[in-house]
Amino acid sequence: MKILVPVKRAIDYNVKVRVKSDQSGVDLANTKMAINPFCEIAVEEAVRLREQGIASEIVVVSIGDKACQEQIRTALALGADRGLHIETEQSLESLQIAKLLQKVVEAEQPQLVILGKQSIDSDNNQTGQMLAALCGLPQGTFASKVEISGDKVKVTREVDGGLQTVSLTLPAVVTTDLRLNEPRYASLPNIMKAKRKPLDVKAAADFGVELTSKVKLLKVEAPAQRQGGVKVADVAELVAKLKNEAKVI
Amino acid sequence: MAILVYVEHDNAHLKAENLKLVDAATKMGSELHLLVAGYQCQDVAQQAATLAGVSKVLVADDAAYEHQLAENIGELVTELGRDYSHILAAATTTGKNFMPRVAALLDVAQISDIIKVESADTFVRPIYAGNAIATVQSEDAIKVITVRTSAFDAVEQSGSAVVEAISLSKENSLSAFVGAELTKSERPELTAARVVISGGRGMQNGDNFKLLEGIADKLGAAIGASRAAVDAGFVPNDMQVGQTGKIVAPELYIAVGISGAIQHLAGMKDSKFIVAINKDEEAPIFQIADYGLVGDLFQILPELEASL
Repeated sequence: MKILVPVKRAIDYNVKVRVKSDQSGVDLANTKMAINPFCEIAVEEAVRLREQGIASEIVVVSIGDKACQEQIRTALALGADRGLHIETEQSLESLQIAKLLQKVVEAEQPQLVILGKQSIDSDNNQTGQMLAALCGLPQGTFASKVEISGDKVKVTREVDGGLQTVSLTLPAVVTTDLRLNEPRYASLPNIMKAKRKPLDVKAAADFGVELTSKVKLLKVEAPAQRQGGVKVADVAELVAKLKNEAKVI
Repeated sequence: MAILVYVEHDNAHLKAENLKLVDAATKMGSELHLLVAGYQCQDVAQQAATLAGVSKVLVADDAAYEHQLAENIGELVTELGRDYSHILAAATTTGKNFMPRVAALLDVAQISDIIKVESADTFVRPIYAGNAIATVQSEDAIKVITVRTSAFDAVEQSGSAVVEAISLSKENSLSAFVGAELTKSERPELTAARVVISGGRGMQNGDNFKLLEGIADKLGAAIGASRAAVDAGFVPNDMQVGQTGKIVAPELYIAVGISGAIQHLAGMKDSKFIVAINKDEEAPIFQIADYGLVGDLFQILPELEASL
C-alpha cells in the first residue's frame, strides 16, 4: 500500500522566536529551520509501517519555496522513497494547502495519508481534517496508535478526557500526536542515499487552485511579558501570601 | 445574520467551557443560536437554554452523533451553518477535530484558537506556541472559528432560550467508534478549575503524584502535569498542560517539580497567580512565578497540605 506524507518546513523548535519590529511577522532571516516535529513523527510512522511489510511505497510532499526541498531530503533520509515539491513563493493558509494536497491525493491514490496534527509556527491544527473533508475520507486525528488490518485502520486518539479509538475504512487520513512514536535519526549512509532518490518539482500555480486566502494578517506582536515575583522562605510564608496578598485560598 | 455556537457536552452535562464560548460569541453579534448534537442529550439542551444571551437552542438528537464523530458532526454543522455569519466551537479536541472539515466543506478559512475578539471580522490568536500574537481579519462570508475558552469570561446562566428539535441524521459508513478510555475523577476539569496543581519530572514517579492529591482536595483543585511527566509515564496524557496539551488560566496555578520549559509555559502563563516549587533555584519557572519556593518538594508538599 502507498502512503502519502505531507511535511512542512518550520522554525526549529529550539529557536527563540523574535517578532519583527514593524509587526509584519516573525523574523525568520538566518534562523535554523527544520522539519516540523509532528511531520517528522508522521514520516517515522510511515517508515515503521513499511518495515512491518504493510506499506510498499512512501511519497513525501512539501509545499513552499525552494528551501523546503531540504526537509523533503530529510524525510527521504529517514526512509521515504520519493519526494514531490510543490513550489510557490506565496505563504499559503491551511485551506489552500489542503486543496493542493487534494490534487496530489487524486493523482497518487494513496491508501493512507499521514500528517502532523499541527505545525509549531502557525499552530492551526487544520490541514489534515480539511484534506479529509475535501477528499471525502474518514479521519483519525491526534493519533497515539495506528493499527492496520485488511482494509481498516484502527486509530487511538488523544482526546481531552483520555483516549478514544475509532475504526476507519481505507483510504483514510491520520494526523499524529506527540506520543505516536519517537523518530529515529537519519544515518550518514542514508543521508547520502537520499540525495539520489527521486524528487519531482511542480509549480503550485499549475494545479488550478485559488492560492489567495481571504484572511489577512494585520499585525504580529510579542506577547505581554509576565513579571517574576518574589521568593518565599518557607511554606508558612507561602500560605500567608496566598491568603493575605493574593487572596486566592 | 445569527451566530451558530457548537455546544460541548457528554450527552448528559453541559461542559463549563460553553459559558466562556458564549461570551466570545456575544462579542461578535447579538443573535446567538446554540447547537446541541448528541444522543439522548435533552438534558444538555435544557441546560444550554439557560445561558445568557442565547435566543435559540437547536437539538439534533440522533444515534449518529453519540460519539461526536468528525465525519457526521462535520456534515451536520456544514448544512446548518450555511445560514449563519459565524460558526464557533471551543478549541477542545472535539472542536479541533470537526471544525476544519466544516470550513473546508464551506470553502472558507478557519481561524483557530482565538483569545480576543476585536470586531465581528477581526480576531487575535497566539502563534508560535504563544511566543507571538497575531491579529487577523477575515473576509470570508462565513467565519469558522475555534475559541480558546480560558481567555474569556463565563456568562450567567440566567436565560431561557427556545429549544427546537432538528431531525437531520448524518451517518457515514467509513468511520466508526470503537471505544474510549476516559479518566474518571471527582476533581474539577483542568480547563475549568479555579486552582490547578501540576507535577513535573521532579515528582520522580507516578505514585508520588499522591502527594498532590491531598492538597488538591483541600483547595478544590484539578491536577495537571508537564509533558516530561507524561512522557515518562507517570500520569496519563489527558493531564498534560502545555502547548500540545491543555491550556489553562486558573486563579492559582501551583507548579511542582516543573522546570518551566517554554512549551509548558505556553499552557499556563495566563494564570492569575503562579506558585513554583522547585529545588533548582535557577529553574526558568521562577522567572514567571509570583511566589517561588526553593526546596525539596518531598518535604514541602506534606507541610503545605498540613497548613491548608
